Amino acid sequence: MELAFTKEELAFRDEVRAFIDANLPARIRDKLRDGRHLSKEEIVEWTRILHKKGWSVPKWPVEYGGCDWTPIQQYIFSEELAAAPAPEPLPFGYSMVGPVIYTFGNEAQKKRFLPRIADLSDWWCQGFSEPGAGSDLASLKTRAVREGDHYVVNGQKTWTTLAQHADWIFCLVRTDPEAKKQLGISFLLIDMKTPGITVRPIQTIDGGHEINEVFFDDVRVPAENLVGEENRGWDYAKFLLSNERVGIARVGASKARIRRIKELAALERIGEGRVIDDPRFRAKLTEVEIELKALEMTQLRVLASEARNGKGKPNPASSVLKIKGSEIQQAVTELLMDVVGPYALPRAPQEDGWNEPPVGPDWADAVAPSYFNTRKVSIYGGSNEIQKNIIAKAILGL
Amino acid sequence: MDFDLNEEQRLLKESVDRLLLDRYDFEARKRHMSGPEGWSPEIWESFAELGLLALPFSEEDGGFGGGGAEAMLVMESFGRALVVEPYFATVILGGGLMARAASAEQRARVLPGVIEGRTRLAFAHSERQSRYDLADVRATAVRDGEGWKLNGDKTLVLHGDCAQQLIVSARVAGGPRDEGGVGLFLVAADAPGLSRRGYATQDGMRAAEVALRDVRAEALGDPEGAMPIIRQVADEAVAALCAEAVGAMERAHELTIEYLKTRQQFGVHIGAFQALQHRGAEMFVALEQARSMAMLAAMMSRDPDPVERSRAVSGAKVQVDRSGRFIGQSAIQLHGGVGMTMEYAVGHYFKRLSMIEKTFGDIDHHLRLVSEAGGMAL
Repeated sequence: MELAFTKEELAFRDEVRAFIDANLPARIRDKLRDGRHLSKEEIVEWTRILHKKGWSVPKWPVEYGGCDWTPIQQYIFSEELAAAPAPEPLPFGYSMVGPVIYTFGNEAQKKRFLPRIADLSDWWCQGFSEPGAGSDLASLKTRAVREGDHYVVNGQKTWTTLAQHADWIFCLVRTDPEAKKQLGISFLLIDMKTPGITVRPIQTIDGGHEINEVFFDDVRVPAENLVGEENRGWDYAKFLLSNERVGIARVGASKARIRRIKELAALERIGEGRVIDDPRFRAKLTEVEIELKALEMTQLRVLASEARNGKGKPNPASSVLKIKGSEIQQAVTELLMDVVGPYALPRAPQEDGWNEPPVGPDWADAVAPSYFNTRKVSIYGGSNEIQKNIIAKAILGL
Repeated sequence: MDFDLNEEQRLLKESVDRLLLDRYDFEARKRHMSGPEGWSPEIWESFAELGLLALPFSEEDGGFGGGGAEAMLVMESFGRALVVEPYFATVILGGGLMARAASAEQRARVLPGVIEGRTRLAFAHSERQSRYDLADVRATAVRDGEGWKLNGDKTLVLHGDCAQQLIVSARVAGGPRDEGGVGLFLVAADAPGLSRRGYATQDGMRAAEVALRDVRAEALGDPEGAMPIIRQVADEAVAALCAEAVGAMERAHELTIEYLKTRQQFGVHIGAFQALQHRGAEMFVALEQARSMAMLAAMMSRDPDPVERSRAVSGAKVQVDRSGRFIGQSAIQLHGGVGMTMEYAVGHYFKRLSMIEKTFGDIDHHLRLVSEAGGMAL
């Protein structure tokens, strides 16, 4: 047993850190540090910087632009991004549809789509959830009927993150309504410019616009945009969701936010002293730090076992990462609420270009929205209750 | 970065587990505890034969040169079986102190007896007022010719009733809680002026109150500079307790899940109920978090940097104690009424976990230490 990184891994970390330091625009870093949303242009800008370096899709196979890094190197890379903080690669293309395309897609699809994901020429979004299909995803109803060399799609998707920026959407659609619910589903790639698609924003409780409803009204999709075989979409979706859970612990992001909390808690006063010195606050902060250190170790153990046993099989221990990781992310936003105190109250619009003077400290306006917004992390990607079902079934055999 | 066992470690774990499987189930444990010592001399002999009593000592001292990982493996297995023999007192504490503080001559005189299973050690350190403050030592040592003379009262000396040699901390100089001026002294348990009162602890183990009245002793190492060694060995001890607790939690969780699969109510096994499934899953999450930190503590417990060492070890103790409390309490709850009975194993795991929590610093104590050290250095 050996805890330390090897000399090569440390050199790699230094290389990544130096690259980020030299190339990450300060404006992007500052927005992320305060928990603000980035614009589409900012995300594209950073992705292009990584792409130029050859680091925009590191975990993909080398032939599609990947880096041939070990799991530990990939871990170091995403930790360094989170620590900066720099935007992590947009997951919809990179972690979700990309691996589905290079694993199950045909040559034409690989050639057409993968390079445009790597440099973010195409912005993808995920069309899985529906109003009646959340945790019970397989009950989805959006229909795709084959007519000649097209599918005609009718239905509605929801919770579609950043669909307002998207060029493409990958969808689970029902192609065989007679089959058992998991068996009649196909995986379809749909151009967002196709007539019949309507995107309607959903405003979340933080006031932000991340998510959307997407309506399909007689949308004609070329049959060549079917991935793999018809009615096998559920298998591809399960593959995709197991990839999604890797990195879901978000250890690096929580670390960066705790460092920020310590800075801010040393600035805010409470009585004669500082918030950081208040024993009750300090104890809560330390408890979260210890949980986070334990989670980091748990994540490294999962990584090490994947490095040893090979990837592919979803590791049910990743449910532990999801549950603990989301709880800690939420606890961190609560701590920041405790630091900001009464200046949580004023509500400032979050749009770019707002230039009224801040009420209270200039970082305060993003704190409450971030707290509100972070309630989502124990809901998405399989709610924490679903994760407990998975542990009970897959690990405990109940 | 590597969490795998090497070949020697795998063999060590296999041999410990085999012994415990053959001779340390819950019924056998009751028999081991029923003897006059409160533990089994035969099992102790088997530990000696397996080399477990030689584990931490250097090869020159006749040992195996085991480190944190080896101690973790043994203690985790002991936790699963709720071993009551004085391994922690003799090997982890006493052995750790002897290995680091004693001269070559002293080691050559004492350690062979320990390794062969004839000599048991105990660490007489805590005092009535000291709680978890390691530097709060008020027993005194004064020069007496070639040796030293000890006076004071020591409390909660783990397995102090069965030890032949006691390692006693005492103050030679400085104020009551000063870091400097504390020494370690070796005393035979039957030395004139030393009296002991042994008693049972809540978890089925033993401890003793020790009174020292003009007891002649020899110093182990620098008689005014023992605190760094005491802190080092205390961190190793906490790491060992963390590993033991993980073993106990793991077994308590297994027993609980087995129970959920067999206990029938309302015509189904109660593990079919989601409220109980989720509690079982939450216990699993708590167990994995504790296991991660016990590994961190094991690997950091010999780190040359005392600040980083203590930070990791204290962080681990907080996590392990919190997980242990949750898992222990939940294991009783999910067993229902039978979990409350002496007859069932699960309650004994709960009790041991609860006592580990109060040994060498509890949650509040270690939380304070981590806070004072500036957090976990994330």
